[in-house]
Amino acid sequence: MIPLSWYLALAGALFCIGLYGVLARRNAVAILMGIELMLNAVNINLVAFWRYITPAQVSGQAFAIMVFAVAASEAAVGLALIISIYRRRTTVVAEEIDMLKW
Amino acid sequence: MEPLKLIFLVTGAVTLLSALMVVTARKLVHAALWLVLTLAAVSVLFVLLNAPFLAVVQVVIYIGAIAILIIFAVMLTRRSMEDTGPQTSRRWWLAGLIAVVLFAAIVLLVVSHPAVSAALPGAVPPDSVQQLGLGLVSVNAYVLPFELASVLLLAALIGASFVARPPEAAAEGGEE
Repeated sequence: MIPLSWYLALAGALFCIGLYGVLARRNAVAILMGIELMLNAVNINLVAFWRYITPAQVSGQAFAIMVFAVAASEAAVGLALIISIYRRRTTVVAEEIDMLKW
Repeated sequence: MEPLKLIFLVTGAVTLLSALMVVTARKLVHAALWLVLTLAAVSVLFVLLNAPFLAVVQVVIYIGAIAILIIFAVMLTRRSMEDTGPQTSRRWWLAGLIAVVLFAAIVLLVVSHPAVSAALPGAVPPDSVQQLGLGLVSVNAYVLPFELASVLLLAALIGASFVARPPEAAAEGGEE
């Protein structure tokens, strides 16, 4: 049997890779990809806990489905914002998008 | 070694390596394709965890919708920074340090927790997918978060098409 800690360690590693992507990449689209990686890590955790702790209930999978919906809307709005900024400023570099900076 | 463990290890290795390629690949189109591989490997993990519905949803929503959306966005914005300049910010080592420290903290916490090492996979009810569907629409369970999620999706749909409209339409709309 696969131990639960393996899943948790894998999800933790995936989350940290996504975090590195979010913090280190300059391209806004790449930052969104990092966020998708982090959300996937959260989903692995939710499903692993559902499988190992409360397999008779639906809460773990239901939460995972909510995360799917939030991830889909986040990607749609985020990419729309990036495309809109690209049209006006011709840049997708996160540090050059500073219109809201005092 | 049990075959399940072997499958898990191979899938985990594919997940982590392709995720690393996502955050380090220089060309964004390549990063997006590596992201597709990562998402597919995660759906294999869902199958290993006896969650077939989530595995299908992962393929349909993440690979079918989100990854394609990201590839479209990459293609629409590709001329701006591909091939020129560094792809990572100046303090990328700090980001790497934060990620490594966080990973070490998570692993230490997970390994030392008694509930985690003692947890064994319980019996999944054979109609778990049906139970999940009933739970999502049942008044006693998750109908409110479910409806909220659908409202959120609708709001995101309208908001995204409003934000991403062409600049001429935006200028006309802005003067009114």
